[in-house]
Amino acid sequence: MSQNPDTWLTRFHRLGSPPSFYRLAGILMPFIGIICIALFASGLFGGLVLAPADYQQGESYRIIYIHVPSAWMSMFVYALLATASAISLIWRMKLAEAVARASAPVGAAYTFLALVTGSLWGKPMWGTWWVWDARLTSELILLFLYLGYMALVAAIDDRRSASRAGAVLAIVGVVNLPIIHFSVEWWNTLHQGPTVTKFDQPSIAISMLIPLLLMAGAFKFHYLYTMLARVRVEILDSERRTAWVNTLVTSKAS
Amino acid sequence: MIEFLQMGGYAIYVWPAYALTALTLAVSVIAPIRRRKRLVREISAIAVQKERSRSE
Repeated sequence: MSQNPDTWLTRFHRLGSPPSFYRLAGILMPFIGIICIALFASGLFGGLVLAPADYQQGESYRIIYIHVPSAWMSMFVYALLATASAISLIWRMKLAEAVARASAPVGAAYTFLALVTGSLWGKPMWGTWWVWDARLTSELILLFLYLGYMALVAAIDDRRSASRAGAVLAIVGVVNLPIIHFSVEWWNTLHQGPTVTKFDQPSIAISMLIPLLLMAGAFKFHYLYTMLARVRVEILDSERRTAWVNTLVTSKAS
Repeated sequence: MIEFLQMGGYAIYVWPAYALTALTLAVSVIAPIRRRKRLVREISAIAVQKERSRSE
């Protein structure tokens, strides 16, 4: 035992093993859930009740508190999907495959929400539900990338080769991320430019910015919670013939 | 309260956006929880079956 000290590296390696990740995720999830609910409660209260109406857009601007976090998450989760995919290709790490598979449907949900809430905001402000401009089109392509990834992974029976094929698609699709981000600067568009992510001078009042950041945090924790829950399902499914899953399941059933 | 619900005349845009977001986020949390419960039941049923066939 003394020859094998419990360094951070060995601890990290153990974390990557499915049983310990499964257990750790189960311990962390309640805390993540509580933080998520607290962030949603404070963000919604600040955004819908405390923050003043916009001087140009009136009350309609309040869609920002769900639209912008959804749009940020749609890109953040894709970046994570691609990173996990790269790790799974390079190191053949099962856990990274599970994270990638677990992230795709959640990312697709955020992308869907960004598109629909944007449409509901666009109708009263621009006078149209949809325009084929660069920002909206590239975000729609992001949704198709997620759906394509999910379809490809679901179509291949062998779990590991499915993950590998999906990983290649996810990595190629990364090209779309800078296009989405810079689309409002590269092309003329109805979509407004960035208000928060230009740090020289955010063009948003502090009473509006704080609830927006709280909501962004709430979405992050929502992702963390549902991603961990999904990874746990992936682990159970792929390890169903192992001894530890059998012990876990039978001890729970009895 | 009525004024709050009217959202300055934009209620038909703001509230559907919030309702759809709440629904989507809730479903994406509930789905894996239910799938895990179903999977645990499935795996334990198989384990029990194996146990029984071994004892016979």
